[in-house]
Amino acid sequence: MNFDNTILTILTFLPLVGAALILVTPKTALDAIRWTALVTTIVTLGLSLWMWSAFDPSNPGFQFVVNYDWLGESIGYRVGVDGISVLFVVLSALLMPFCVLASWEAIDKRVKEYMVVFLILEVLMIGVFTTLDLAMFYVFFEGTLLPMFLIIGIWGGKRRIQASYKFFFYTFTGSVLMLLAIMAMYWNAGTTDISRLLTHEFPESMQIWLWLAFFASLAVKMPMWPFHRWLPEAHVEAPTAGSVILAAILLKLGGYGFLRFSLPMFPDASAQLSNFVFVLSVAAIIITSLVALVQTDIKKLIAYSSVAHMGFVTMGIFAGNALGIQGAMFQMISHGLVSGALFLAVGVIYDRMHTRDIEAYGGLVERMPRYAFAFMVFTMANVGLPGTSGFVGEFLTMMGVFQVNTWVAFGAAFGVIFSAGYALWLYRRVVFGALTKESLKGILDLSLREKVVLYPLIVLIIVFGFYPSPILDTTAASVNNLVSHYATSVGLDPAVSLADARAPLEYAAPTGEAAPAAEHAAEPAAH
Amino acid sequence: MNSDVTDFASIAPAYPELLMAVGALVLLVIGVVINKEKSALISWLAVLLIAAAGLTAVLNPADGVLFNGVFIADAFARYMKLLVLGGAALSLILAMPNDFENGLHKFEYSILAVLATLGMMVMVSANDLMSLYVGLELQSLALYVMAAIKRDDPRATEAGLKYFVLGALSSGLLLYGASMVYGFTGHTNLQEIVSAIAMEGRSVGLIFGMVFLLTGVAFKISAVPFHMWTPDVYEGAPTPVTAFLAMAPKVAAMSLMIRLVMDTFQPITGDWQQVVIFLSIASMVLAAFAAIGQKSIKRLIAYSSIGHVGFALVGLSSGTQVGVEGVAIYMAIYVTMTAGLFACILSLRTENGYVETIDDLAGAAQTRPFVAAIMAIIMFSLIGLPPLAGFFAKWQVFLAAIEARLFVLAVIGMLASAVSAFYYLRVVKTMYFDEPKSTFAAVPNELNIIIAVSAFLIVTYYFTVGSALTNWAHIAAGSLF
Repeated sequence: MNFDNTILTILTFLPLVGAALILVTPKTALDAIRWTALVTTIVTLGLSLWMWSAFDPSNPGFQFVVNYDWLGESIGYRVGVDGISVLFVVLSALLMPFCVLASWEAIDKRVKEYMVVFLILEVLMIGVFTTLDLAMFYVFFEGTLLPMFLIIGIWGGKRRIQASYKFFFYTFTGSVLMLLAIMAMYWNAGTTDISRLLTHEFPESMQIWLWLAFFASLAVKMPMWPFHRWLPEAHVEAPTAGSVILAAILLKLGGYGFLRFSLPMFPDASAQLSNFVFVLSVAAIIITSLVALVQTDIKKLIAYSSVAHMGFVTMGIFAGNALGIQGAMFQMISHGLVSGALFLAVGVIYDRMHTRDIEAYGGLVERMPRYAFAFMVFTMANVGLPGTSGFVGEFLTMMGVFQVNTWVAFGAAFGVIFSAGYALWLYRRVVFGALTKESLKGILDLSLREKVVLYPLIVLIIVFGFYPSPILDTTAASVNNLVSHYATSVGLDPAVSLADARAPLEYAAPTGEAAPAAEHAAEPAAH
Repeated sequence: MNSDVTDFASIAPAYPELLMAVGALVLLVIGVVINKEKSALISWLAVLLIAAAGLTAVLNPADGVLFNGVFIADAFARYMKLLVLGGAALSLILAMPNDFENGLHKFEYSILAVLATLGMMVMVSANDLMSLYVGLELQSLALYVMAAIKRDDPRATEAGLKYFVLGALSSGLLLYGASMVYGFTGHTNLQEIVSAIAMEGRSVGLIFGMVFLLTGVAFKISAVPFHMWTPDVYEGAPTPVTAFLAMAPKVAAMSLMIRLVMDTFQPITGDWQQVVIFLSIASMVLAAFAAIGQKSIKRLIAYSSIGHVGFALVGLSSGTQVGVEGVAIYMAIYVTMTAGLFACILSLRTENGYVETIDDLAGAAQTRPFVAAIMAIIMFSLIGLPPLAGFFAKWQVFLAAIEARLFVLAVIGMLASAVSAFYYLRVVKTMYFDEPKSTFAAVPNELNIIIAVSAFLIVTYYFTVGSALTNWAHIAAGSLF
């Protein structure tokens, strides 16, 4: 037993230890329960960072691999991470302590169950990114439905039951089709080992069906327009921490699935259907941005903006070149931080006023200057202002897709403008203006706990905005590997698809200016 | 005709059945002699007897064909027998607490259960149309009485009568089918029927006979369209009897179905596949939609069991070894989930008696958190949500269907399972999201143990029993090919 073999298993199942400890804690010992949950998530985060530091970014293959056959030959216990999954593991572990802190006082009934369910959710989330077995991927992927259904249904808002049902049924119906595709893949390839499936060539006629079945599940999870109807309701009704996990991690399962399965395993189908994805992506970016403009509920507005931002991700992934996919990866990580932070920020004022109605706020800056600053940073990152992490992802995906299809990039650019519109307008209505409402006169600024939650996220968002290389370096080798495999399979020249995604950024990021970077980026496209 | 029984050792494959038969008679004597108040003693002795029969089958795994070819013991029969015995023992334990209220305080109940179990074991080991029918009837007659044992209760009596009338009808159909098969092949022995079909090919009369035979068995596993008795009988019979009906007889009838189609009618696979696929699709779809409107929790379980039979038949439809393996695993997991489910229902008692409707469960998560949590886990497992055992059950059967290229069946089945999630979730919703209305009485220890064990198996299936069960099912299915 050494580090390489055990780290992922320990990391995945460590939260279960915390959950077991909480189970034996008496129901009334609220502080003990909360601290146990917090310590567990922090230790998990520490382990995940340790794992990231030991991760070799120059190796495009899977690392820390464990591989056993288990149930017959069909389902094995296989874990490992590569550049595509390692960051999601870290992101999941990173956001959990914030979620526990955000629920510290907001959750006051059935605290014990809440923390247990949350820790189980963490196991499933880390598991879905570390597993290298297709069947186990489905197990973890679907497993997340169960705790999330309970979180929305028990601790949610007024219309929680409808929201939890909608959440469950949209995702479950999509996923059962994916399950059939998984079985068909096992039948065709004779294994569920992802590392072997990645080199297996599925017959072209089969690829289309498999791709569509995976799409049915992943597009709902992502969510892509028009399969996004469950998301605004689930977001609105879920408690703050539930919204954070939903937006920051669970939506990324869709993107991760596209990168892990659709693109490398069904390259021909992906190439044939990429225009279909582009259309849906641009539709998502434009339509949901417009829908976000008219929302009166803060959380709903952020939920629609999530759908729009996920449009950039799908667009980048199916551009099929290094720029696009690096951008999509970065956008997913960045959106994880930004949307998580936004929901946490909304949670802060919701805990005080118990309403999410935009109309109920206004002029918060007078009473809550620190909050106003934090909210501003998050809003700017959501808009994609250069210097925040939101910019890098949107910019890279648009560059990537520009090389493939100019019109798609043109359409997506509207999304950037609209997002500035709804996000800034939201900020103005909530934070600026005169503080006229009686109920707001006594509102307090951030407490120590809330500062601990929000300030680290501000730092991360700005640091990654100026210095994205920790993320891009980690993903580069695996993404390049994926892209060259994809390009070879569909008969493109890998050299063109591989045009280095990092070069323009190193130039652009320190100054935060977009213009020179754009000139530079045009070069590979011109070849 | 010479007997192939030369000495006691030569009938080793039938030891478990002999033990059960003799044991039932001994129990009957004890029951007559001892005080009427001591029916609990008989119940425990019956459980011990069933356990002893199971142990005999495990410790003395003798294969062979006995009694001039009417009785067969192989790995498949042993696997299914253990499931039958397990289901029977569990439901006897479930019947012990509050037996008076259920009308199960009569010592005859346990003895009837033992006799029914014996009938099922004969069904599982039947290698001849005659022994098949004898086993089936021994089982059925005992079950009719069990369903109506609470004779002062009009609902239970009605359930017993309904079960009897429809059961007799199905036996008639089965006998008619058996006579057709005999008439067109000239044999009653299942192995000889196979070779007769293989030599003479299929004929219309044979197909008729096969369809009637399968219809008779479909009644017993309550596959749509022969399911009508199930909701009424499940609802009317005392809950522990319902638990008995939902576990062991289903397994026995399913194994009969498997042996008939995989062994006897193997040469005409294409013909029986149509029948099984139809039964499967009809059961899955009808159960998924019909259960949505149910208010009574026992009717809900009845439809759920119809649906699960449909899912198990998906595996059988493939007609392959993987499929049979899948069905074997499915039935084992189904029995575990059903036992846990009934233990949960029996342990939730309000001052007005047992919970009847789903609404009675409101807020159980707050008043009885342990039972409610496990009932929720079982519901999620019945949906087939990973990482619970129910998922792995579905995985095995649908994998077989995909491998047999039955894509349409697989897609319909999966969508039906998505629909079925709706009514299972309603139970979870009622327990967790609604506010409590009534308080529940303390849970008896026997039930607590069953609840805890079944929940442990369901949750940790992948890590604990999954691997071993897959192996056993593999060996069991292998013995049919």
